[in-house]
Amino acid sequence: MNVHHTEVEGHAVTDTDGTNAYQSLSETTGHDDPRWAFGTGIVEEAGAEITSPVPDGVDPADLAAYCLMLGDDALVYSHRLSEWVSNAPELEEEVALANTALDLLGQARVLLARSAHLTGGDEDSLAFLRTDAQFRNVGLAELSDDLDFARAVGRMLIFSTWRLALLDRLVGSADPVIAAVAAKGVKELTYHRDYAARWTLRLGDGTDESHARMQAALDALWPYVGELFRTSDEERRLVEAGVAVDPALTREEVDAVLDQVITKATLTRPDKPAIGTIGGRSGRQGVHTEHLGHALAEMQSLARQHPGTTW
Amino acid sequence: MVIDVATAREVVAGVVDPEMPMLTLDDLGVVRGVDVEGDAVLVTITPTYSGCPAIEEMRHDLRASLTRAGFARVEVRTVLSPAWSTDWISDDGRRKLAEAGIAPPGRAAPRVAGPVPLTLTPPSAAVRCPHCGAPATDELSRFGPTACTALRRCPSCREPFEHMKEI
Repeated sequence: MNVHHTEVEGHAVTDTDGTNAYQSLSETTGHDDPRWAFGTGIVEEAGAEITSPVPDGVDPADLAAYCLMLGDDALVYSHRLSEWVSNAPELEEEVALANTALDLLGQARVLLARSAHLTGGDEDSLAFLRTDAQFRNVGLAELSDDLDFARAVGRMLIFSTWRLALLDRLVGSADPVIAAVAAKGVKELTYHRDYAARWTLRLGDGTDESHARMQAALDALWPYVGELFRTSDEERRLVEAGVAVDPALTREEVDAVLDQVITKATLTRPDKPAIGTIGGRSGRQGVHTEHLGHALAEMQSLARQHPGTTW
Repeated sequence: MVIDVATAREVVAGVVDPEMPMLTLDDLGVVRGVDVEGDAVLVTITPTYSGCPAIEEMRHDLRASLTRAGFARVEVRTVLSPAWSTDWISDDGRRKLAEAGIAPPGRAAPRVAGPVPLTLTPPSAAVRCPHCGAPATDELSRFGPTACTALRRCPSCREPFEHMKEI
């Protein structure tokens, strides 16, 4: 009988049918299991695929960077979505935004764990201890909604349409972790896109006020669309190896879906140029807007104030 | 020590889902295998959604149940692929969901070639009310209290209920 067994037995387990959600928690709070509630996982346990070998012909540094790109998009945007919790206009929408954030956080965890496995770090350090210039996400992921619900809807429409097009092409990636995240992610993002598209219709084809605000949201977001289709050097090399997809190839599909929704919502496709790069660098190279620092300050503050703390 | 896999399978079959305890993990289709690896029982599970917060609890409950049943070494391995589908929920599981007032999922839409289509049609009414059996009900919210459900209401008996959405 091992130690774990003794401790479980020692806690007078009477209700073993599991219908009491708190019972299984209380079983473990008496010993050194480092958790107090759902969801503080151990990196390797997030998925057995994470420790898979690097596919042939692939530079591990490129693969680690690419996992960060896909993971940071999801992580940073997930954090922005979670800012709506206790702030959304209706409870149902709050639940929707939080559920979307949760799906993306799950995708991010696996991708960051894969990146950490390749570079000898750990998932939490990547999420909580990097500075803004070390993040590889696109600008669209880091913007603040400023609690404008139309902006939240517009961003989710653009982001989920683009990420769905990407992940749908990554289901066949030569990297088993990226392929697995993609296969699950396609189902999740299809639902996110559907939710955002329905709200775009409702607001765009709603009242004069909702129409104007939905249009203003698209106008504000549009300069960040162009970056989504820029191909980084790492992506270019990984396309050769069958690991990555060239984001430029998703443009046609993304444009078609956005046009479909914008037209049906009686809105106008904004005619706004994409924000520029700095010396050819943007989010994928760690060059960010001023919004990312603010998001990270809040997202990382607890971990930085209590380094290495477990609960 | 010889590990009795049949008994281990029986123990695993009795472990329930932490968020929907009317279902076993087997009913839900997340248990992908119970095997022997070296001197350990190896249980392989897969998460429902990427961010499913219950996966840690599932791992813990499986480990605790097998340990309680006398298995000295237990490993629970999470695999991400193939991606879970509601089509893996057993017929027994579907019946138990309906009995608990949760409309079971229909069959997941088969994947067509080309880009994932965006339909923008009104949400389907063809979800049977788990309370009164009325064949057509209204969707209230695309997202419900857990990642895997949506919220609906029955126009006949006026009761709200959760529907496990097809993925």
